Amino acid sequence: MLTPKEIEARLERVLLQVQKPGRYVGGEFNAIHKDWAQARTRVALIFPDIYDIGVSNVGLKILYDQINQRPDALAERAYAPWVDMEEKMRAHGIPLYALESKHPLADFDILGFTLPYETLYTNALNILDLAGIPLRSAERDETHPLVIAGGHATMNPEPMHAFIDAFAIGEGEEIIHEIIEAVQRRQSDAKGRKFSDRAALLRDLARVPGVYVPSLYEVTYHEDGTVAGITPRVPEAPPKVIKRIVGKLPPPPTRFIVPNIDIVHNRVSVEIMRGCTRGCRFCQAGMITRPVRERSVEEIVQAAEEAVAATGFEELALLSLSSSDYSHILELVEAVGERFRGRHLTVSLPSLRIETVSVELMERLKERRSGGFTLAPEAATERMRRIINKYIPDEQILETAREIYRRGWTTIKLYFMIGHPSETLEDVQAIADLCKRVLAEGRKVLGGKAKVHAGVSTFVPKPHTPFQWAPCDTVEQITAKQDLLKRTLRDRAIKLSWTDPEETMLEAWLSRGDRRMAGVVYSAWKRGARFDAWGDQRRHQAWLEAFAEHGLDPAFYTHRARRADEIFPWEHISAAVRKEYLFQDYRQSMEGKIRIDCRQQCYACGILPTFADLRRANPGEIWKCPEVKTPKRKVAPKAEVAA
Amino acid sequence: MRLRLTFAKQGALRYTGHLDVQRIWERTVRRAGLPLAYTHGFRPRPKIQLASALPLGFASRAEIVDVWLEEDLSPDEALRARLQENAPPGLEILRLERVDDRAPALQNQLRAAEYEVTLLDAPPEPELDRRVRAVLEAGSLPRTRRGKTYDLRPLIESLRLLPPDAQGRPRLAMRLAAREGATGRPDEVLAALSIPLHAARVERVGLIFEPQINTEEHG
Repeated sequence: MLTPKEIEARLERVLLQVQKPGRYVGGEFNAIHKDWAQARTRVALIFPDIYDIGVSNVGLKILYDQINQRPDALAERAYAPWVDMEEKMRAHGIPLYALESKHPLADFDILGFTLPYETLYTNALNILDLAGIPLRSAERDETHPLVIAGGHATMNPEPMHAFIDAFAIGEGEEIIHEIIEAVQRRQSDAKGRKFSDRAALLRDLARVPGVYVPSLYEVTYHEDGTVAGITPRVPEAPPKVIKRIVGKLPPPPTRFIVPNIDIVHNRVSVEIMRGCTRGCRFCQAGMITRPVRERSVEEIVQAAEEAVAATGFEELALLSLSSSDYSHILELVEAVGERFRGRHLTVSLPSLRIETVSVELMERLKERRSGGFTLAPEAATERMRRIINKYIPDEQILETAREIYRRGWTTIKLYFMIGHPSETLEDVQAIADLCKRVLAEGRKVLGGKAKVHAGVSTFVPKPHTPFQWAPCDTVEQITAKQDLLKRTLRDRAIKLSWTDPEETMLEAWLSRGDRRMAGVVYSAWKRGARFDAWGDQRRHQAWLEAFAEHGLDPAFYTHRARRADEIFPWEHISAAVRKEYLFQDYRQSMEGKIRIDCRQQCYACGILPTFADLRRANPGEIWKCPEVKTPKRKVAPKAEVAA
Repeated sequence: MRLRLTFAKQGALRYTGHLDVQRIWERTVRRAGLPLAYTHGFRPRPKIQLASALPLGFASRAEIVDVWLEEDLSPDEALRARLQENAPPGLEILRLERVDDRAPALQNQLRAAEYEVTLLDAPPEPELDRRVRAVLEAGSLPRTRRGKTYDLRPLIESLRLLPPDAQGRPRLAMRLAAREGATGRPDEVLAALSIPLHAARVERVGLIFEPQINTEEHG
């Protein structure tokens, strides 16, 4: 392997021949440079897309801080090189390296990938290849780094099971330390060897709650291709790996990396709460990030202040899955407005509910009405809204739209999804109609200046949601629905955008795949697939060929309704939401029954029995689940017995 | 107040372009907690002006920026240190001074820029010398950049060989016109010398202004 100095010397020759060379040199304000020789355990944190997208990822930032706070470890960062840089790196024999020290990734003890979405899988493979590390876990030995991964997509880890040594399921703040400590017990001082015994290390890791070591499980299949069983092969591997959560959200990161080049999100992000109580049935994040835990207004404002001072960024984003549901949203908006007024800071508050209160909230935050105002009805008929459990009457949408235009915004962005279970062309037609009715409201106020931007994505039934039993639309169905929208939304004031059906298929195969998908991912990568999230880079043909090579039918993964009792490929991974609960919710969906916000009524999804101890240790307001009764005393007081 | 800073741009920052350097200054000033002044109007912009765009990949030890602040601060070492602490690695503040708010914009006062070039794998010295002489002796050097043809020769005010660096690599010095609509680029001069840019390390060493301001820094 090359030394950091050798890598830098080779880089100097190629950097001026690629686009945006600033992606590949590091040197950002707030990057942490620790002494390589002093750190016992060295971790490279990898976002498998380009720097421009990865550098602002909050999840990795949390881990970066957590690890670098340890005196015995260091964390550095790496991203996927864009195709031009990859070509140069391969031509000049430059292995993929971490930005801080320029050490090749192969020098690290742990490579930690974040996999927030499935279309990053081939990039992860490409990164291992560029790092000179065997792609398959089984081919790695004591001289290679441990390869771990986490992130929302890993709630179904199986399509990547062959490439990742261990998955961290759920929230990373605590588990990362337990993983590092388990690694340290097996680290070797022998030259060239990172670990004393890799197989033993994997078994140790399987004992860490929330860690899934795929090589320690056996999966069998029925003749029809569905999973027959998933069995641990060793006693250390638990039959079900339950996600990790933190009882109380730790202080948010504030010393964000400030890039020296323009990136996608140049901003400070403060997570105001985690989880969502709304229970929209299509939403994987809403199901897998339960329970809702909030930060206090003081903590958020304090963190925002510190982060703005430490970065000099011009934008602050207050993040959550549903801002309107934050208990003290009005208080928060007032406090933020007051603190930052006149300081040339743009504040964004995404995911607001469709109600006029949201318009007032935005008005308090924004000194200017720039950009559009985003609303996400997701569906346009009452029937569909009941099915997806996101019930908002049309009149409420129109009233909110009216208010938005009246307060000076000229563009409303409306987000919809097509392809929800049982959707018909009438439901799709209703999307077009609603867009026109919203625009008509705008024209009443603003005349020709009013605009609507309709963003229509395509639904993919995701693991761990009530819709996991549902089939995904076929390309033909999707195309017919998109054509209908394109035909009917021909107004110059309405901009329509949609998702390429091929991208939807890929997302569906990868999110619903079993272990056999790993072979497909590998073959597709071999055939040149990478940057699958980038429309201009995606190679659909490579994927189809990869399926054919493995004798697998793509439709098996996408267009098949699942039996009620089918064992899912992700059956052994638990988000602590019971399968029975999800199935009941699926049935209710088919009956058009809605479930109201679970803050008002607990539906016993499974979170509380799983995390009863954590809830008990964190009583009161910060969780939005009901309190767990303290364990009963052995002898009840007499008065109660009498009653 | 209008604060004029002379700074070096080195290391990783060489790969940051002109617009991004402007951003870096905004953020550095804000991190230092200094009251940055903004333009008025619908879209207020921080009042920061760089003297001259430095092409991507070039280092410099003679960049100049004017920053407007809402308060009057003493341009002393404490202020320099405060800004330096909040600057990214590679940005080194060499000097700062107060300037008359009505002084003309730096861009309009610029006349020329001086560069030193280290050649990573250069032709032998006699050959290099021959090429330098050929460029200097040419009556005109027609070149095409972004689809436009222009004459590079009148933009080259001087071009000469310097003694090699510590590692024996040949070096060049050049002074190129940097006036409105008449700016010579060192990469174009290198191309005229048949030297690929990626085999050269270019550093700007001086900006030459109309007589009243001069920030030449010879190291």
